[in-house]
Amino acid sequence: MTHTENSQVQSPRSILDARPEHSADSPVSVHAMTVAYNRKPVLWDVDYDAPSNALVAIVGPNGAGKSTLIKACLGLIPRASGTVEFWGKPYKQSRSLIGYVPQRESVDWDFPVSALDVVCMGRYRKIGWCRPVTKSHKRAALEALARVGMEDFATRQISQLSGGQQQRVFLARALTQEADLYFMDEPFAGVDASTERAIIEVLRELRANGKTVIVVHHDLQSVPEYFDHVLLLNMRVVAAGPVSEVFTAENLQKTYGGRLTLLAEAAEAVARAAKGT
Amino acid sequence: MSDPIVDANSIIETLTLQGGFNTNAVILGTSLLGVAAGVIGAFALLRKRSLTADALSHATLPGIAAAFLISSALGFSGRSMPVLMLGAAISGILGVACIHLILQHTRLKEDAAIGIVLSVFFGVGIVLLSVVQSSTSGSAAGLNHYIYGQTAAMIRSDAYLMGGIGIIASLIALIMLKEFMVVCFNESFARSMGMPVWLIDSIMLALVVLITVAGLQAVGLILIVAMLIIPPAAARFWTDRLWKLVLFSALIGGLSGYSGATISALFPRKPAGSVIVLVAGSIFILSMLFAPTRGVLADTIRRIRLRVRIARDHVLESLYEIEIGHVGIEHPKAASWLIQLLCFKGWIERNNGKLNLTETGRTQGQRIHRNHLLWEQYLVSYADIAPTHVDWSVDQVEHVLSDELIHALVLALKKRGLTIPPLDGGTS
Repeated sequence: MTHTENSQVQSPRSILDARPEHSADSPVSVHAMTVAYNRKPVLWDVDYDAPSNALVAIVGPNGAGKSTLIKACLGLIPRASGTVEFWGKPYKQSRSLIGYVPQRESVDWDFPVSALDVVCMGRYRKIGWCRPVTKSHKRAALEALARVGMEDFATRQISQLSGGQQQRVFLARALTQEADLYFMDEPFAGVDASTERAIIEVLRELRANGKTVIVVHHDLQSVPEYFDHVLLLNMRVVAAGPVSEVFTAENLQKTYGGRLTLLAEAAEAVARAAKGT
Repeated sequence: MSDPIVDANSIIETLTLQGGFNTNAVILGTSLLGVAAGVIGAFALLRKRSLTADALSHATLPGIAAAFLISSALGFSGRSMPVLMLGAAISGILGVACIHLILQHTRLKEDAAIGIVLSVFFGVGIVLLSVVQSSTSGSAAGLNHYIYGQTAAMIRSDAYLMGGIGIIASLIALIMLKEFMVVCFNESFARSMGMPVWLIDSIMLALVVLITVAGLQAVGLILIVAMLIIPPAAARFWTDRLWKLVLFSALIGGLSGYSGATISALFPRKPAGSVIVLVAGSIFILSMLFAPTRGVLADTIRRIRLRVRIARDHVLESLYEIEIGHVGIEHPKAASWLIQLLCFKGWIERNNGKLNLTETGRTQGQRIHRNHLLWEQYLVSYADIAPTHVDWSVDQVEHVLSDELIHALVLALKKRGLTIPPLDGGTS
C-alpha cells in the first residue's frame, strides 16, 4: 500500500484539515478514499460531499473510476484507504436509505425470471430472510413498474425486453427500495429516446420528493439539462459543484486531457443552459 | 458375463415397488436424491458453479479412504456410512477451499484451478485407496463402489439416510429460493442491500456437499455431478421461470433416480449411477431437440421461416419495382415452390409465363419497397453511409422492421425534412 502513503504525503491537506472530515447533513460524504485493483490505484484520494436533494452526475473519460467510486461507496469493492459516511453514519447503519442501479451489462439477462420478479428483488430487505414475497410487495413492485411505464411487461421474461426496457426494470427495482439516496451506474447507456425521457422524469420526481440521485453519466451534452451538480472525475476529483460553476470548458479540458472532440460542443451547451435559466 | 434373464413379471413388480422392502427403500431413496439433486443443481447451474461441484465430488475420494483408515485404526468398523460421508464432506470442502485459495493468490483462472484441484485430490484418493487395499483385509474392497456407485450393495438404513438428506436439502433450497435467486442473478445488488452473499453461497455449497456425499453409494463420486447438472440443463429448455425450472429439474432428477435404481435392481450388474446418467442424458437430448421455442428444432424452423419470408419479400419487391417502372430490375427468378406458395397465397398470378402481382400482392410489395427506401434514407442521412454501401444491410433489415420501428423511422426522417415515400399512390 505504498501508493496510498505517497499520495497522502503529496496531496495538500491543509484546507481539508481545517474542517471536520465528514459533513453530517450530506447524504454521502467521502473522505480521502483511495481504491486499488490488484494494488494498482484507480481512484486517488477522493474527497467529496454530495449535496442534499439534488441530481448529481459523475462525469469522466473511460477508466476514470466512475463506477469504481460508486461501488467503493457501497462497499462492493474494498477501499485501500479512506472513509465513506451517509448522513454522518457508516454504510451498515444507513443501508435501508440507499438504493442502487447496477450497470445493465453486469447481469445475465437470459436468467429465468420475469420483469416483476426482478423488481420484487428491491423489496427483499423489507421482506426478510426465508419469507415469501407477499401480495403487498408485489403491488409495490407493480406500482414501480408503472412509474417507469412498464406495467404491461410485468410477466415478460427479461430476455424478451429491449435494452431500454431492461434498464427501466432496474430503475423500477431501485424505486421499490424506497430509498433517500440512489446510486445509478450508467442508466442512460444504450437506451432509446423514450426510455431516456422516462428515466429523467423519474429522476426529477425523486428530486421533487427530496431525494438525492448520483448518476454515472457519459453524455456530456445532456449534463446541464439533466443535472444540478456534477463531479468531474479522472482517477481523482478534478472538480465538483453546481453545474453552472463547475461544468466549464477549462475543467472538462482538465478531465479529458484535451483529447475530447465534444469539448467545444459541450461548452456551448453550458453557455446555452446558462442563458436559458 | 451377462445378466440373468428377467421375466416381465419381476420387471412390473420392481417398477411398481413390489420388489421387496429393501429394493423399495433403495428405489425410493435414489428417487428422492434425484429430486434433491435436481432442485439444488438448478441453483448451481444459475450460479455457474456446476464445475465446482464436479471438483468437489472428485475431491471426496481421499476423505473416504482417510475416514476408513482412521476409523479402522481406532478399532471401529471402517465401513460405517456416516463416518465415510463425514470424511467425504470434509475433503470435498477442502477441495473447494483450495480452488478459492488458488484463485485468490495467483493469476490462474477458475477453469485451471478446478482442473488442478479435481485431478490432484482424485489422485491422492486413488493412492490412499491402494494403501487401504494392501493394508487391510477383504472388508475394504467395498470402497471401490464409491467411485462408480452400487445400489445393489445398499441396505435399508443407507437408503433412508440418502432419502432423508434429499428431503432436507430440497426443503432448505426451497425456503431460501428468494435469497438464492437474487445472489445468482445479481450478486452486486444483493450485496448492496446488505445480504451476506458469502453465507448464502456457503449454504448453497453445503447443499451440494450434502447431495454429493448422500449419493456416493448409489451413484458414485464420478457421476454424481451429472445429477446436479443435467436435470436443470434439460429443464431450462422448457421454461423461462425459476420456480418451474426448479420443479421440472426436480421431476427429471427424480425420474432419472427412480429408473436408474429400478434397472439396477433388475440387473444387478448394471451400476445405478451410469443408468441414472443415461436416463437424464436422454431426457436432456430430447429437450434440447424438441423443446418449444428454446429447442434446436424450433429454432431451425424459425430460421427457415424467416428465410422463406425474406425470399418471398424479394420476389414481391422486384415485381412491384418492375411495375412502377424501375429500370435495371430483373424479372425475379425464384424457385418454383416459392412461386407456387405465392400463387397459393393469392399474391401473384401467372399470365403467359410472366408473373403479375395481384391487388394484395401489390400492397405487400409496396410496403416492402417503402421499408427499403425508408431504411436506405435513414442510413444515408443519419449514419453517414455512402448510398452505394447500404444495399446489403438494407436487404437484411427491410424484412424485420416492426410497425413501431417504421413509425420511428418516419418521424426521424421528417425531422430532417426529408420526403417520406407515400404508402398509397404507388408512384415514386
